[in-house]
Amino acid sequence: MEAKLLSEHYSDDSYIGLEGYKSKGGYAELKTAFKMKPEEIIEVVKQSGLRGRGGAGFPTGVKWGFLPKNGEPRYLLCNADEGEPGTFKDRVMMERAPHQLIEGMIISGFAVGSHKAYIYVRGEYMDSVRILEKAIQEAYAAGYLGKNILGSGFDFDLDVYRGAGAYICGEETGMISSLEGKKGQPKLKPPFPAIQGYLKKPTIVNNVETLAAVKYIIRDGAEGYRKYGTEKSAGTKLFSVSGDVNKPGVYEVPLGYSLMDLINNECGGMREGRKLKAVIPGGSSAPVLTAEETGRATMDYECLAEMGSMLGSGAVIIIDETRCMVDMLKVILHFYHHESCGQCTPCREGTGWLEKIVRSIVDGNGRLQDIDLLNRVAENMKGRTICALSDAAALPTMSFIQKFREEFEFFIREGRSQVKG
Amino acid sequence: MFELSPEGKELVKKELARYEDKYSAIIPSLYQIQKENEGWVSPEAVDHLSELTGIPHSHINEVLKFYTMFNLKPTGKYHIQVCCNITCSMFQARELTDDLCQKLGIKEGEVSEDGRFTVSRVECLGSCDNAPAVQVNETYHDNMTPEKMDTLISELK
Repeated sequence: MEAKLLSEHYSDDSYIGLEGYKSKGGYAELKTAFKMKPEEIIEVVKQSGLRGRGGAGFPTGVKWGFLPKNGEPRYLLCNADEGEPGTFKDRVMMERAPHQLIEGMIISGFAVGSHKAYIYVRGEYMDSVRILEKAIQEAYAAGYLGKNILGSGFDFDLDVYRGAGAYICGEETGMISSLEGKKGQPKLKPPFPAIQGYLKKPTIVNNVETLAAVKYIIRDGAEGYRKYGTEKSAGTKLFSVSGDVNKPGVYEVPLGYSLMDLINNECGGMREGRKLKAVIPGGSSAPVLTAEETGRATMDYECLAEMGSMLGSGAVIIIDETRCMVDMLKVILHFYHHESCGQCTPCREGTGWLEKIVRSIVDGNGRLQDIDLLNRVAENMKGRTICALSDAAALPTMSFIQKFREEFEFFIREGRSQVKG
Repeated sequence: MFELSPEGKELVKKELARYEDKYSAIIPSLYQIQKENEGWVSPEAVDHLSELTGIPHSHINEVLKFYTMFNLKPTGKYHIQVCCNITCSMFQARELTDDLCQKLGIKEGEVSEDGRFTVSRVECLGSCDNAPAVQVNETYHDNMTPEKMDTLISELK
């Protein structure tokens, strides 16, 4: 069953504008938050069990707690550089409910003591940029942004920054580099952004969905929010479902929801009644699940981690029996090779080699030993770089080979795809 | 020689003042240049921006070349960007691109003879529920088919 917490009003066009948003209870939680102490808000967010919805799943309240406990100026940065292949929920959120994000950001900014925030939107999302800029103007005019918001004494400025096409800027330190007017290359951690981020000042980077969820944690309290989801994966999550289902789209369900139910109930089942072959459950960097694993999977951080995959950004790609896994891996590896920022050798060289080897298989020039070679290259790319992009290429490679080895062997032996004939 | 329009210069000035650090103005300024320079950023335009901002052109070049949305050579009036990432490629995006190039008589990245079109394959556009997704300049087009592409091309004058 869908659990429409954040997405309750997404189908209502009037919710995009300030008046419509207010008529549905918009900015009520901001008033509630201003009656609380910042540390109380952080505590409620901790208690709620909210975890980062961009991909890593790190507890939000804990991240906020890493900030230095002094008056040092700090930034709040909203990560809207949605680029993980298969993901489109942040775009829907920004375009259907810009004020929801803005309200979530003001509350979060108040909690962490930040007076200046940016929403870093990927360059392609011009509609999102326009809609957000308009909503921000409305919020300034109505006194929700700027000086002494609603007489609280709290000042908060919010601006939109438009990226220019680089997947790596979705990595929080890459995003900070980009906002600083540099190449979007990730930085070594530590220091973590909470200690030294944008312009070397403490910076909190949170995903669109994470910041919007804060509003509902204030509204319903930690316990209210925990009514959804599981003990360790609390709350709801927006899943971007694409591929071979009848009704692809964004669906909000409680964490812990059955993946098969998501496919059959929300998404109307498989296209043309075809048989399910595999699912990529958390964006293209998440290891693939077989149909059998899909039957057992629940959509929470723990279950997918136990299966050797991950919830990631919640991008669920459904793959039916007619799809060639070798060809799909080629597409995935081309992407990571293209997007590697180039600063770490294992990633820069490794992504190139992985793509080259799989491409040669697809071109009919594969050798059986290439399968082990792919595994060896991938193994050497894991955990050896500044950021996770290298792993994001290595892990799908290893999982595709492990679970669909026969298809790779067939392609090499016969020089053609097992499924495409 | 390239020079921004008075409005363009005004925008650069505003962007320089908008952020705590003037380097943050590079990306928005490059967008403005691209808009005024037939869809690309020329070496002369980099020199011009360097002069306007006082930022070394080595640094501007570094930024320019890192981000895929900046074009380093002229593009057609309409830059047709076909997503060929995972979900879109499942729904014939690659075949759609080949077909389109053939119809326009150009290779990817080239400008059609009448100056109207450039075709590029791009990575995930975040519109996977409408695969295959195509972006023409700043506008998204959903669930594209060869037929819909024909109609679109004929409408882009």
